Amino acid sequence: METDRLPAVLHVNGDEHPLLLEPRRTLLDVLREDLLLTGTKKVCDMGDCGACTVLVDGNAMYSCLLLAVDCEDRSITTIEGLARDGRLDPVQQAFIAADAFQCGFCTPGQIMSLRGLLDVTPAPSDAQIERAITGNLCRCGAYRHILDAGRLAITLEAAQREKNDVHAAR
Amino acid sequence: MSTLHVDHLSSGEGDEDAYRLAEAESMTPWETHATLDVVGHGHARLEGPEKVTGNARYAYDVRLPGQLYAKVLRSPHPHARVKRVDTSRATALPGVHAVISGEDAPEIPFYENTVLFERTVRYQGDEVAAVAAETEDIAADALRLIGVEYEPLPFVVDLEAALRPGAPNVHADGNVAGEPKEYERGDVEAGLREADEVIEHMFTTQVALHNCLEPHGCTAIWDGDQLTLWESTQSVFTVREQVAEKLDLPEHHVRVIKHHMGGGFGSKQIAWKQSVIAALLARRASRPVQLMLDREAENLAAGNRNPTQQRVRIGAKRDGTLTAIDVRIHQAVGAYMVGGEGSNTTGIYQGLYRCPNVRTEQIGVFINTGPAVAFRAPGYVEGAFGLETAMDELARRLEMDPLDLRLKNYTGEDQVEGKPYTLPDGLRHCYDRATRAFGWRGYERPPNNGAKRRGVGIAAHSWMGGSGHPPGYAWIKLNTDGSVEIITGTQDIGTGARTGLAQVAAEELGVPLDQVAFHLGDTANGPYAPASAGSATQATIGPALRAAALDAKRQLLEAAAQFLEEPVARLSVGDGKIHVEGEPDERATPIAAVTGSIAPHMIQGQGARGPNPKDKTVRTFGVQCVEVEVDVETGEVTVLRVVAAHDCGRIINPKLVDSQVIGGVTQGIGYALTEERVVDAASGIVLNANLEEYKVPTVSDIPPIQNAHVDMPDPEANTTGAKGIGEPPVIPTAPAIGNAIYDAVGIRLHDLPLSRPRLLMAMESGKGEEARA
Repeated sequence: METDRLPAVLHVNGDEHPLLLEPRRTLLDVLREDLLLTGTKKVCDMGDCGACTVLVDGNAMYSCLLLAVDCEDRSITTIEGLARDGRLDPVQQAFIAADAFQCGFCTPGQIMSLRGLLDVTPAPSDAQIERAITGNLCRCGAYRHILDAGRLAITLEAAQREKNDVHAAR
Repeated sequence: MSTLHVDHLSSGEGDEDAYRLAEAESMTPWETHATLDVVGHGHARLEGPEKVTGNARYAYDVRLPGQLYAKVLRSPHPHARVKRVDTSRATALPGVHAVISGEDAPEIPFYENTVLFERTVRYQGDEVAAVAAETEDIAADALRLIGVEYEPLPFVVDLEAALRPGAPNVHADGNVAGEPKEYERGDVEAGLREADEVIEHMFTTQVALHNCLEPHGCTAIWDGDQLTLWESTQSVFTVREQVAEKLDLPEHHVRVIKHHMGGGFGSKQIAWKQSVIAALLARRASRPVQLMLDREAENLAAGNRNPTQQRVRIGAKRDGTLTAIDVRIHQAVGAYMVGGEGSNTTGIYQGLYRCPNVRTEQIGVFINTGPAVAFRAPGYVEGAFGLETAMDELARRLEMDPLDLRLKNYTGEDQVEGKPYTLPDGLRHCYDRATRAFGWRGYERPPNNGAKRRGVGIAAHSWMGGSGHPPGYAWIKLNTDGSVEIITGTQDIGTGARTGLAQVAAEELGVPLDQVAFHLGDTANGPYAPASAGSATQATIGPALRAAALDAKRQLLEAAAQFLEEPVARLSVGDGKIHVEGEPDERATPIAAVTGSIAPHMIQGQGARGPNPKDKTVRTFGVQCVEVEVDVETGEVTVLRVVAAHDCGRIINPKLVDSQVIGGVTQGIGYALTEERVVDAASGIVLNANLEEYKVPTVSDIPPIQNAHVDMPDPEANTTGAKGIGEPPVIPTAPAIGNAIYDAVGIRLHDLPLSRPRLLMAMESGKGEEARA
């Protein structure tokens, strides 16, 4: 089967991964099976639920609908790439504070969708927050708290930006 | 299974053995108005950081050296004889390490006198063969190489058709599943004759699919003759017992672990076939095997909420007093009774209202579809739709406010058992809290907005679960540094049980929550706890933990008495410190000083769940009010707001209770409006076994949901006064929405889901005008 595989380098969470991949394999399966990044979840495997959402060049995308070999030279961020030195991303903090999850299985995808939104739109409207997660199903039904978390994340992030600015000015 | 446990508790018969441990003499319930330090506060979930970083380990996330991935070949026919299975080409495929089918599998008995790989498949999705390979893709390739010769057989997928004479038999003995369940009190026919108004209707409810986002499945690992299963389950001990039995292993050779799971909702209480298949494949391959269902299998073969037909007659006097309730229910169990189906659809008819004459009958029916299993408040969700819609219709007929009709027929007692409820006013408070917060009295309908009409609806419920029950055990260790470890075999299925339970232990021990670690979901690490089902976890394990904490606290105070040279009677624990009576708080001694003084000896507390009261019945109740907007041109129903009030006894953690309420209502909205498994009658094939065409709600479908906290401790229920809230919030949502639709447009729908085509057709045929008249 080796001959069926293509060399590809994936850039995930700032790390380079040279891989030999069957062209048919999805980014989702390669993240989960080859790179052991299991925070990205497999639920429907056909682009219906959003549990596999990752950032690809800054855009929230369903990793089950991407072929891994097509992601070469693109910058991929998964849920594992958000927290730095044990400090949670503001979206992650907001999810805990708002109790925006129950079983937690859709949570990485929800967080990545909102992260993708806030990266481009630092102060989104309620409608923009809702739109960002319309493609992320939550079977436990935490939606109302996820919307709360989205709003809270804006505040936390603004506060953090301010702190960083003050820090930089010193 | 949930029903069994719940029946057990409602009869008040506790396991006498449960007294044996610390529960004993001095454990009295927290007083109703007690001021508590940790309990009652909205602490964030203990597992929050794991879940938001992607580090929480689910069964699907286990990754081990040499691990294989397995897939199951399933029947494409609703009913067929499997004449031959040829796995030779699959076995030869590079990367495939094990294959199993009916040709070579051991004949392990399964439900309905069948075996693991049955030679007759009875639904689309029934297991035929399985493979384990190096990647999921190779496993999928291998399935395509398996040749199966089927002889299709006549099938029946419709509940009504299955009971007609001459219908194809799902099993040799016919299509009636189990014994009919009959109940009667008083004289129903006399009650109906006495009535001034009689409502008579057939109600139907659809098949709903759980669609847990993490599919069913496990990772199976053999170490010699020791089997470990990382399983996505609500009941590690049930899976252990059943897998050990199927594989003829002693229980101590099977370990089942579940740290986190991606939803269960009742469908993960048993050892399904795939767990046994994974273990067999792992043994053949001598490598760990992960077998998680794909989404289609999840929707075909991993449980569903049973469809029902409910023929209802309700009679009342002119003043609203109920004189009779009569219901005959048919419900489909699918092709097998797998255990854990537990739908008591008649329960709510028997108990929600005071009525002297009640007759109920429930008949299960086999059809050639996937097996039905418990789904969040099984039976009560289906029954509530019939009963609460009929009550609304009755109120309209009597020209009464639907709230007044319900209050008129209020009961504070369990009429089936002839015992009062532990909290007879629980439901009354729910009516009060929900209708006040909603503004039910004096609601003013806004003027029509083009084709859009507003309306409001109300529905109530009782629930047989939520009370908890023995047995259930917990241990507590105090470490040398004064930190606390809780060990119990229970599960957190996503409700936040870890946190709510830890709050109970921290409260009793007198330590802050951040000094507590919680270990659960492992049969090898902690004492027995029952399935996390029937909304039982908090009310079962909470009191056991409180008892364990009391036991540990006694030992701690004895050690402190020696250390401080003070009598035990002068000592107490609070905020992680030992306080001496009459001395200022700043002189209190940290627990660590005491535990350090006895090191390396350690303090271990043990606790057990005591029995439920014998002379009273523990129940949970709730009321929901909704406002909808109906577009009479498109049939679209928009739920604008929901107010819910649920009696769950003492609220241990208001944040977690809010989450359960908004989650249950959200599922209820899906059940009411959009969710329905569709089976093609001609082919017996499920047309929407995926998340594209099976419509679970998205964020845009869900309006603001207000939880109007009831927070009435139920000290007679157990020593924490808390009851479960996991299931109840889904129960009354669908009838409340249906009643609001009627209020808006005068159309009464008797079939779920309350879909646009149904509403449009009903409006077309002018049924609305009739109903208004």
